Amino acid sequence: MNMALSEQIVIPQGNAELRLARTWAQPRGFWGWFMNVHHTAIGVRFMVTSFIFFLLGGVLAAMMRLQLSRPENGVLGPDLYNQVFTVHGSTMIFLFAVPMMFQGFGVYLVPLICGTRNIAFPRLNAFSYYLYVVGGLLLWVGLLLKTGADAGWFSYVPLSGPEFTPGKRSDFWAQMITFTEVSALGVAICIATTILRQRAPGMTLNRMPIILWEKLVISMAVIFAMPAVMVVSSMLLMDRTINTQFFNPSVGGDVLLYQHLFWFFGHPEVYIIFLPGTAIVSTLVPVFTRRHIFGYIPIVTSVVATAFLGFGVWVHHMFATGLPQMSESFFTAASLMIVVPTAVQFYCWLATIWHGRLQLKLPMLWVFGFFFVFLIGGLSGVMLASVPVDWQVHDTFFVVAHFHYVLIGGALFPMFGGLYFWIPKITGRMMNDFLGKLHFWLFFIGFNVTFFTMHFLGLRGMPRRVYTYTPEMHWGGLNMLASGGALIMVAGVIVFLVNFFQSRATGRLAGPNPWAAGSLEWAVPSPPPHYNFLELPTVNGREAVWDALPNQPIVTGVRDDIPEVLVTNSLDSEPQHKDELPGPSIWPFLTSIAVSIAFIWSIFSSWGIAYGAIPVVITLIGWLWPRGHSPAPRLETRMEGTWTR
Amino acid sequence: MNPIPPISGLGSAVALFLAQFTGEHNSLHPAGPQASDIEWLYWVIFWIIFVAFILMITGFARAAARNRTQAAEMLPIMSDPEGDRRATWAVSSAVAITVLTLFAVLFMSVITGKKVEGRTSTNPITIQITGHQWWWEVQYPSPQADQTITTANEIHIPVGRPVVILTSSADVIHSFWAPSVNGKRDLLPGYSSAFWIQIDKPGTYPGRCAEFCGLQHAHMGFSIIAEDDNTFKQWEQQQLKPAADPADPEAAHGKQVFATHACIMCHTIRGTDAGSRMGPDLTHLGSRQMIAAETLPNTRGALAGWIIDPQRIKPGNHMAPNLLEPDDLQALITYLQTLQ
Amino acid sequence: MDSVRQRPVLDVSDLPSVAFGRSNTTWLANVFYMMIEGTMFALLFASYFYLRTRTSSWPPIQAPPNVGYGIANGIVFLLSLIPARYAQKVAPTGNRGKIQLALAGLAVFAIVNMVLRGFELANLNCRWYENAYGSIVWSLIGLHTGHLITEFLETATLLGVSFTPKMEGTRLADVAINSDYWYFVVVSAVLVDFLIYGTTRFL
Repeated sequence: MNMALSEQIVIPQGNAELRLARTWAQPRGFWGWFMNVHHTAIGVRFMVTSFIFFLLGGVLAAMMRLQLSRPENGVLGPDLYNQVFTVHGSTMIFLFAVPMMFQGFGVYLVPLICGTRNIAFPRLNAFSYYLYVVGGLLLWVGLLLKTGADAGWFSYVPLSGPEFTPGKRSDFWAQMITFTEVSALGVAICIATTILRQRAPGMTLNRMPIILWEKLVISMAVIFAMPAVMVVSSMLLMDRTINTQFFNPSVGGDVLLYQHLFWFFGHPEVYIIFLPGTAIVSTLVPVFTRRHIFGYIPIVTSVVATAFLGFGVWVHHMFATGLPQMSESFFTAASLMIVVPTAVQFYCWLATIWHGRLQLKLPMLWVFGFFFVFLIGGLSGVMLASVPVDWQVHDTFFVVAHFHYVLIGGALFPMFGGLYFWIPKITGRMMNDFLGKLHFWLFFIGFNVTFFTMHFLGLRGMPRRVYTYTPEMHWGGLNMLASGGALIMVAGVIVFLVNFFQSRATGRLAGPNPWAAGSLEWAVPSPPPHYNFLELPTVNGREAVWDALPNQPIVTGVRDDIPEVLVTNSLDSEPQHKDELPGPSIWPFLTSIAVSIAFIWSIFSSWGIAYGAIPVVITLIGWLWPRGHSPAPRLETRMEGTWTR
Repeated sequence: MNPIPPISGLGSAVALFLAQFTGEHNSLHPAGPQASDIEWLYWVIFWIIFVAFILMITGFARAAARNRTQAAEMLPIMSDPEGDRRATWAVSSAVAITVLTLFAVLFMSVITGKKVEGRTSTNPITIQITGHQWWWEVQYPSPQADQTITTANEIHIPVGRPVVILTSSADVIHSFWAPSVNGKRDLLPGYSSAFWIQIDKPGTYPGRCAEFCGLQHAHMGFSIIAEDDNTFKQWEQQQLKPAADPADPEAAHGKQVFATHACIMCHTIRGTDAGSRMGPDLTHLGSRQMIAAETLPNTRGALAGWIIDPQRIKPGNHMAPNLLEPDDLQALITYLQTLQ
Repeated sequence: MDSVRQRPVLDVSDLPSVAFGRSNTTWLANVFYMMIEGTMFALLFASYFYLRTRTSSWPPIQAPPNVGYGIANGIVFLLSLIPARYAQKVAPTGNRGKIQLALAGLAVFAIVNMVLRGFELANLNCRWYENAYGSIVWSLIGLHTGHLITEFLETATLLGVSFTPKMEGTRLADVAINSDYWYFVVVSAVLVDFLIYGTTRFL
């Protein structure tokens, strides 16, 4: 830091606290809810909404297990079953996993861990939340009207195309994609900018907590991966609504183009879901082993490498299409290579635990669950990377088992660990330990019973996405076992809900840092006030709280009468200038409504997007039109800006 | 609905349990060289990852047991440069071993892939499989049109001879998969591809559609019947013949029912006026063991149920219900059963 | 209850509250936005070449698009770089008159571009519903036209703001960032032009 530290300044605190509270206050009441732009509020909304979608998706999963529990069961007919598994997959991927692991945790935690007072572009952030909700509602309203999407979560053409799925089912699906991807992209911009520009002074790249590295890398992965699914779902929508011919083989269209584009998004998506899980593990392991993590640089490199390689393996979803052998070998090599960075992370966690003093608190229990479950999923992934084995197990229950081990292991177990870890920060109260352990064991046992069984079903020849099977196949017993396991999982989730509501009302008060953890979110009260930090911190090491000097400096000179944040540079987080963030506003909500009308209109009329664009433009101008509520910036410093740097 | 068979004792419970892991429709019970090669690779990788799993889990268990403390309060942070130094060595060696193992897997995988895909034969049988929602059209192409066999859902091949399967699709994407014979191959509209199969033991080997293809994806089965050369030749000769004219008066009436009702709109019976290719070719329907893409046995009762209300058995399939008079229905079934 | 503590501080009260160029947060967000849109264009370009491999001739049945309006529009796009660059130069000075001139010039160019684009659409010699070639050509030019209209609206809004006293501080930085985005529109226009007018003649 080249800025001189002025020594020993006397800071009067009380007035500053009042001023900050007034400056950063968020409106209350019914309309106030739609105007709130603070990242803690929006982050919690992302978490709660996506958890509700998780529960809904879980209900669908339970319905499927009920239907498959016996041969030729008649609980769900083929039409309803196809809608149920399509909406289950789409919900879990697009409405739960990404919004929870990336948007929910990211929006809530990133500004706190960076040591700043709000996320960059808070209104874009709020806008992204509303769009996500509308996208989710669109998919589910379709299902409840019995016209739910029914072509699978990746909606392959031509099955999802105009000829084989008439009506509006696939259109609902395709527009849901547009909504959720625009939302993820908006949040990616907010999070990446916050990390690159609003880190506390001293938090150089080399001292950035691993979870920030991961959120930055995932934001980049979102930025490069999500456009692919938006392109492909738009092509599908245009094929269906305005008769383009992208996927019609009789006039030069191509069905594999859809698969290439979809999986160019789809495989990085897996890492967009899984890397946040590893970042939670990398955050929890040092806290509960009471030492700095071993292998900070290898772990960060692994995160970057995984996201990068994730863009080079999409074809391994298409091995059964009959591609040239050369390209099969290349994508096998890439798919095996991507094991290496994950293995590096595992070895580093193992070394950290080995050389630390393990305190097996509740969140850490879930981390051990992650080790066990994800290891199985990752290792069976080695089988799938091998082309000949993949020819056998592709599109069977073996694959269903594999990706549930990877996704539930890689995302859900760390997520529950993370929730038990951070809920005390969010609500200010501790979760019940006994109920938490009960939840863990029910979920862990139920999960393994359900999904390990499915490996055998796949090898025994049961394809995925069948609504029933004949008794002659002898799949009944294993299916009954899997369905029984699902019941145990459901019980576990119910225990979690009981625990959450009970502890929120009567749990022990957490205090600012119940786990004696090291990152900056633990340096503020639980729950954090709207200005996050009373005194803006500086950072002296990778674990800001643990490594702080006895007399760690604080930042002064950021105005507390307007919502101002300190902007630092990307590499070494040197203070550069100060930026006034926009305050509460109804316009992001109004804009999201206008955008939603345009998107949904486009399903029903080819001109919908054109007419619908008009209110979008009006609301956008309303949003962006400058308002003179704050005093003008000081002109004498403006010319010293960094334009020529 | 089928209840679970009653369990009379431990023995039958064990038998029932084991039945879940065996059977002909199984990737790990290969019946030919392709499936055997893949099975070999499967077990090699299985044992590699099994060892890796045991090592890792033991490592985590030992690490957890080593310095675990039961303290309720969070302990102070320790500094441990010596631990870091030792871990650097351990982690580096583990990474090196991982990379080498993965290279071994890659090598074996590529070799096995070449073995499964690359075969040569001077006199292979060629079979064209076309996927339809929700049945399989099976053709044995020949340069002469009258030497081409067309059938559905039942594929006859001679034992021990290499067979080339050519794939295509009439509508959406399907995937051809007989687990004990070979891995699966997608049938893509607009594309055709080829792969080898071979079966070394006579028998019936079930297969299914593996790519989700709509409402009746679950009921899109086929079977491969491997038989010795003579039986196969006989079958071939029989299939080449057009349908014989029924001698029996009831069957003759049935033929008329076929020609005057909706049947003729979609189905072919060679040797008659019925020539539509929408549905399966029925010229030798009586010789098949199952109907409706391996959904029902080929019996009078099943045929009757299928013809009257196919939507009850396979909801959403493309065959409409046929409200036939009982006499007409009986005659039609008698006729269909004569189509040997 | 003023608690009084003594500790070292990092005083940032002298730092400016507006930044131009790379350290501006909106500039960074704009870069991310261009990365998103650039990826979309890149994927459409890839799809274009992929679809090319699926037919024997290109265009399959149609004549190639008439090239005249495409060239004209390309030249106008390149000339429009002048007001865009000028806007970027005068924005940090805060000189309201010059900023208005630059933005007005840019808006006029955008209008000419849009009019020429209309003639381009009428001379593509294909329709989006005829075959996959028509679909991808219309998608390419349609996506670009969407960007062109968006950029025109943004310029017009900034021009409107520049007649109010609010054109100060961070709005000046927005004018400079708007020009960055215009460069992106011009570069993508040249690439799209090359694909639909150029490659259809030799591919």
